[in-house]
Amino acid sequence: MSAMTDDAAGFDPAAGLVPTEAKIARREMVRQLMRSKTFIVGTLIVLFWVFWAITGSAFTPHDPLEQTSEILKAPSSSAWFGTDQFGRDIFSRVLAGAQSTLKVAPAATVVAITLGTILGLIMGFVGGFTDEATSRLVDAILALPLIVIAVVVLTALGSSSITLIFVIGLIFTSPIARTVRATVLGERQLDYVQAAQLRGERGPYIMFVEILPNIMGPIIVETTVRLGYAIFAIAGLTFLGFGVQPPSPDWSLQISENYTLLSAGTYWWTVVFACLAITTLVIAVNLVADGLQQVVDE
Amino acid sequence: MREARIYRFLLKRFVYALITLFILSVLVFGASTFLPGDVGRNVLGGFASQQDVDIFNHAAGTDRPLVTQYVDWVTHFVQGDLGTSFQYKVAVSSLLGPSFTNSLKLAAVAFIILVPLSILGGAIAGLRRNSLTDRVITVTGVSFTAIPEFVTAIAFILLFGLWLGWLPVTAAAPEGANILTQVKYLLLPAFALVAVEFGYIARITRSSIVENVDADYTRTAYLKGLKKKDVIGRHVLRNSLLPTIAVVATQVGYLIGGLLVIEKIFNYNGIGLRIFTAAENKDYPVLQSGVMLVGIVYLVATLTADILYSVFNPRIRFGGDE
Repeated sequence: MSAMTDDAAGFDPAAGLVPTEAKIARREMVRQLMRSKTFIVGTLIVLFWVFWAITGSAFTPHDPLEQTSEILKAPSSSAWFGTDQFGRDIFSRVLAGAQSTLKVAPAATVVAITLGTILGLIMGFVGGFTDEATSRLVDAILALPLIVIAVVVLTALGSSSITLIFVIGLIFTSPIARTVRATVLGERQLDYVQAAQLRGERGPYIMFVEILPNIMGPIIVETTVRLGYAIFAIAGLTFLGFGVQPPSPDWSLQISENYTLLSAGTYWWTVVFACLAITTLVIAVNLVADGLQQVVDE
Repeated sequence: MREARIYRFLLKRFVYALITLFILSVLVFGASTFLPGDVGRNVLGGFASQQDVDIFNHAAGTDRPLVTQYVDWVTHFVQGDLGTSFQYKVAVSSLLGPSFTNSLKLAAVAFIILVPLSILGGAIAGLRRNSLTDRVITVTGVSFTAIPEFVTAIAFILLFGLWLGWLPVTAAAPEGANILTQVKYLLLPAFALVAVEFGYIARITRSSIVENVDADYTRTAYLKGLKKKDVIGRHVLRNSLLPTIAVVATQVGYLIGGLLVIEKIFNYNGIGLRIFTAAENKDYPVLQSGVMLVGIVYLVATLTADILYSVFNPRIRFGGDE
């Protein structure tokens, strides 16, 4: 993503000497973001989970996969969040569990944003039959409950993180393409695009070098919003058993493995902390998206 | 003139719905056909003899050309013949029928709670824009929309089911229970579905109210000397709620998606659990028909939403005329 913005800046011959308009605008955006409480709080929580996702089990008090004879122990000073049915330390599992979610969901989002942006640019810029045909296909995919489609495809292809990334990535391509297309339609009327066309620039150049940098704002907002939805969808599918498989400490998988213990009336700690973890992450991502949205809208 | 345009618009939406249904059928059919390995081998497992696999494939018709199989499947589906379950060896319709009824019950309870609650919430938020009440409603709504439904469901199970003991934690009422008891059993799963949907409908209602409060005609009504109560009741609410009701119909799709997870948690024998079990056991006839059924329900709901919307909202621009 930074490569794209650099392109936009490098386009100006005066770049580096005098701050360009684009640079000033970007600096102003960052300043506004720093003033947005929702954005700061959201970012801090996301960074907290990113830290644990990157370090994995390196700093957790116990090995998240280590089984002991201390099974289903309530939270105590030795195991802050208690232990599960295999005697594994839930505190360590909740921290290490950030990894699978923060690997799969962003990867799916990147697949979706890349394909969706390319498709949306082509649909909006080329127009005509290409646009009409692709729009119908996009509408058709959007017209169906996502999780149902995902279940059908994952049943056929088998459950794994990689399949999940591509299935969610492909399904999310549709809404992104639709958003990008609408934005491109707005840009197409502007002078700079017409000027480039008169200069005789080629289509791909106009799409990716002229238009793309100018629609980065909406694309960034769309990325964070989609990331929220991706976490939601992937959590549901993993809960149903279509994502990462045991013994991964993934949050949804932890909940899925332990929620049947709830009906016994106790053992609440085996699911509550994983629930809290996933809740803080999705709300934080939404706070970030909200903060970005407000700044981009201004 | 306007009538003709509405009909053309609706006809167009109907054709789109059929195209979508066709794409879904190809996808659903494809998913079970382009599997690695053949169908008989997948269903019978690695230890079955090749002869058994061949017999299975021939009986199930999976050794014929793909197009023939597809046409055959669609023709039978349209005629109401959904095939035979691989897993249970009974007619698919006899499995899907009761499940579908169960899901309808759950969805009905959810909708009866959801629609008044979210419209009321959105209306209050919109009429008291930027107040503390507005903030609380909006933030609660947005948060619940973002949290996966199984997380909310578990929170509700713990809180209302186990700690407070107010509601049963399974969704299926005992055999022969009266309707009130059945509803009571469905409350917890319904709440979980409501939580996910509430934020979206409340937000649409809120922005619709805000738009109408700011509209010129509202100012005119005030200038005419109407009381605030009358302006709100007669003009603002009526104009903002009708389009919102149409939006509600589009939420059916999300509700169906939610059913898959919620029915699994509460072990409720609805269409969602049926589809999930079929997927788990690679019971393709059930999976295919279940998904097609869900798709049809969803498209009918969307079409209804379009019709309601075009009737209620005079300003709608009918696509193709721009």
